[in-house]
Amino acid sequence: MLLNQFLILAAILFCTGVYGVISRRNGVLVLMSIELILNSVNINLVAFSAMNDSISGQVFALFVIAVAAAEVGVGLAIVLAIFRNYRTVDIDEVDLMKG
Amino acid sequence: MGFTILAEVARNADADVLVAQNVAFGIIAAIMIFSAIRVVTTSNVVHAAAFLVMVLAGAAAQFILLGAEFVAVTQVMVYIGAIVVLFLFGIMLTRAPMQGTEKFTRDNWKVGALTSVVMLAVLVFTLVDGFGEDKLPADLMPTDTRVLSDAIFSTYLVPFEVISVLLLSALIGAIVIARKD
Amino acid sequence: MLSHAWLIPLIPAISFVAILAVGKKLPRGGSEIGIASVAIIFVMSLGVAAGWIGRVNNPPVVHHDTGTEHVVEGDEHGEEAPADEHGEEPAAEDEGHAATAFEDSVSFAAAAPGSASAPAAAEGEEHHETPPVVRDITWFDNGTMQVKVGTMIDGLSTLMLVVVTLISLLVHVFSTDYVAGDRRYTHYFAFLSLFTASMLFYVVSSSTLQMIVGWELVGLCSFALIGHWWEEKPNSDAALKAFLVNRVGDIGLLCGMIVLFFAAGRTFDIIQINELANAGEIRHFLLLVGSLSLMTAVMSKSGQFILHTWLPDAMAGPTPVSALIHAATMVVAGIYMIARLYGVFFNGLSIGTSNINVMAVVGAVTLLFGGLLAFVQNDIKKVLAYSTVSQLGYMVMALGVGAWTAGIFHLFTHALFKACLFLGAGSLAHHIHSFDMKEDMGGLRKVMPKTFWTFMLGTGALVAVPPLAGFWSKDEILAGAQQLGGDGGYPLMLIMGTLGAAVTGAYMTRAIWYVFFGERRGASATHDMHENGPRITVPLMILAAGAVLAGFTNIPKTDNFALSWVPDGWTLRFEHFIEPTGAYFPGGLESFAHPEFNLVLAVVSTAVGLTGVLLAYLWYWKGLGPHGLTDRNRFARGGYKILENKYGLDVLYVDWIAGATKGPIAKAANWTNQNVIDGVVNLVGTSVRKSGEFVYRYIDQGVVDGAVNASGAAADGSGEILRKAQTGKVQTYGAYLFLGAAILAAIFVIAV
Repeated sequence: MLLNQFLILAAILFCTGVYGVISRRNGVLVLMSIELILNSVNINLVAFSAMNDSISGQVFALFVIAVAAAEVGVGLAIVLAIFRNYRTVDIDEVDLMKG
Repeated sequence: MGFTILAEVARNADADVLVAQNVAFGIIAAIMIFSAIRVVTTSNVVHAAAFLVMVLAGAAAQFILLGAEFVAVTQVMVYIGAIVVLFLFGIMLTRAPMQGTEKFTRDNWKVGALTSVVMLAVLVFTLVDGFGEDKLPADLMPTDTRVLSDAIFSTYLVPFEVISVLLLSALIGAIVIARKD
Repeated sequence: MLSHAWLIPLIPAISFVAILAVGKKLPRGGSEIGIASVAIIFVMSLGVAAGWIGRVNNPPVVHHDTGTEHVVEGDEHGEEAPADEHGEEPAAEDEGHAATAFEDSVSFAAAAPGSASAPAAAEGEEHHETPPVVRDITWFDNGTMQVKVGTMIDGLSTLMLVVVTLISLLVHVFSTDYVAGDRRYTHYFAFLSLFTASMLFYVVSSSTLQMIVGWELVGLCSFALIGHWWEEKPNSDAALKAFLVNRVGDIGLLCGMIVLFFAAGRTFDIIQINELANAGEIRHFLLLVGSLSLMTAVMSKSGQFILHTWLPDAMAGPTPVSALIHAATMVVAGIYMIARLYGVFFNGLSIGTSNINVMAVVGAVTLLFGGLLAFVQNDIKKVLAYSTVSQLGYMVMALGVGAWTAGIFHLFTHALFKACLFLGAGSLAHHIHSFDMKEDMGGLRKVMPKTFWTFMLGTGALVAVPPLAGFWSKDEILAGAQQLGGDGGYPLMLIMGTLGAAVTGAYMTRAIWYVFFGERRGASATHDMHENGPRITVPLMILAAGAVLAGFTNIPKTDNFALSWVPDGWTLRFEHFIEPTGAYFPGGLESFAHPEFNLVLAVVSTAVGLTGVLLAYLWYWKGLGPHGLTDRNRFARGGYKILENKYGLDVLYVDWIAGATKGPIAKAANWTNQNVIDGVVNLVGTSVRKSGEFVYRYIDQGVVDGAVNASGAAADGSGEILRKAQTGKVQTYGAYLFLGAAILAAIFVIAV
């Protein structure tokens, strides 16, 4: 197997995630897109771990999973808080910083 | 779609390498890419979560291909077992519409598309330029979980502890943010 | 018992969980669990004490040539079952086979198994060592270093175990009456249990890491208990203040412990750190930095001057809590840390050879200034709080001059008589719910005789009336200040300590006058005052008995005629059993010495103390002395003002330091704006106006005006356009960010 096939797969997932983060209106969907990004990073880490025959990549992939869990927890809490205050999860409605 | 990629992969594959691996990779990758695109385009939130499960499961399968079994199992348990359930809870609690009655895509999705296309182009170009035909070791063996745990609890002990504290603070933070008062 | 000391903190910790879980359903709201658990651990602590006394009398054989290395029974440690909820104890079923192995790792190298039964082989030696009983397990091991947790029992921790459990037991009993019917009765007892558990965990710890944990737990529990009645704003403020001021010190604690960790070659082991410090293997500079950092922690926790401000405010908590936390246990955590890491402090601050050092100065200043503050308080608990500050100053000073035993002895006696005084204050206020001596008390001697007499005994001990407890310990401290250190001793500390004795006498006499004599005033006059029930008076009597008798545990050994008749077996028992021996205590160093009893000093200091009592007596009972001085004399009034404002420290902290971020900086900015900038602007303005009027007619109207209007319009228009970019939508910004990054990356890829 080529190293690049994994890296390019990760790149595609990453860019899809970026697209989702930018263009989704629903807060929950934005968080899902962030998960795509984090997953692509994990694929990269594990691929390089296999490439270099080093365990570090896998260790950090595990750390990333833990961080993702924390991120989803806090992120959903924020979405819930937004929902309670605005009665919507549409992030476009949250524009208090509008100039 | 899957077949074209499969054929593509098969043609590029080195004759020495097991074709089965490449075939598996191709199928899984195709499913993952398709699902990922559906995650960011579908107009049904629950469907998005379901497609996300597909992507995550695909990633776990890729990890197995790469010999990282423990990471794959963790991926399934934590992501699919916990995080996606959390997402479903979030969807239910925010009572987001199940059907596409509401607009889910922002007006400036074109900017997003442009961004990701530019980014993808740059990334792919750099990757092909940088790693070219680099091959993964042909004799990829599954990583021994013991080795992994040794690494976590010796070399990476401090980051591990930091992660624990991070999880704890995220736990408390989530409660503080989400509670009613 | 000595190697099973880990049970002692564990039992109240379980009790905490049990009370929280089922306390509300029990007939007495969970207090029975608390009392039972504390009673059990009190008995266990007595068992530890008996075991320790036996060990000192029959010390195990120590092979000096092998030094004091731990025997690490690697296999045994490896086999131990995973630690339980507290991460410190092996599971119970391992006890049987592990016990023998522990005995080995317990004592020092090659110690005979079954140390207690070892024959007193060291009988001929004058100075035999009693190694501490250490029992630890490896908490984690990352290959390069092992972090161990466990218990370390020596004389000092034994003493603390007994003191803490005794006071805690009495406070529990007292509380069942005092907070009866409280809205959070169960919660209160749960936290008393947790507090006791944390303090015990702290005193038995064998590594500095554990000490940090115990230290913070103690702080947390005191926060919860001080703010027990948090519905009233001052109470929750006081709790926060205690917590925040302690945070300042905790930074010092962390810094100090980290410095020691690296200085001692990456170990948290208390014994090892002390041994290295005593052996001179750690650079003096590092020890100095470490001990100075730790001093900050001591200053905040033990209420030393400039960081003592939280302690009087902490009186907002229920009175039994004040007795437990702020007289006998929590505040002595700092003292205990100095005593525990004495090798570090002794060598770092050159205590044995100097005439003045930071610790002694902090202690001396605290004891005097704290005592003066106690003099202007109207709230009896605040008098006692400042008195505690002052007495803690004595302890720190004692440790600072090198009189280790005297300092710890004072800790012991003070715990007894100050708990007696605090509980007495609680007993007084139980009916009237007020602690104001001037407004709500007075003449209570007749109606509450038991409280009165126990309070008087506690006061006598505090004022150091011979032969009550305080006399012996205070005298020893002063003797230490006179005789220890470099040539000439610590003269400044001696003077301040003696003056402090007079101040102590005076403020306590004043308090006694206001509370027990004169007319009944305020709430106490309108209330039906009567003596409290046995659950309040019995603990008082026990503590009063302690205040009378505790001093006899360390009668000085001297040839002086006053005390030479005391048989040898009776003298210096405290020093004999409590003071550590071995390389982890600086007792073996040349510069370490014990003070001798000095009759002149004892008589003088007692006389000075009693002079304070006498002056206050004359002032209040006989009405002698320049009354109204503070109204007539400007200086006296100024002094009184300073004391009433507590040297302005609260103002400094709140208004200056905390307020600086908002008020003054804003004011300074405003002032600069008003005076400097406006002045310049005005000056420029007037001069410009004159020339401007000239220019206006000719140039401005015609040429410039048009240009200005045009540029204004341009700015307006461009702003209007750019404003649209400021959408306030995060994702739009995100899009710009990602797009920018992608384009930049593309440029680099193409260009490089």
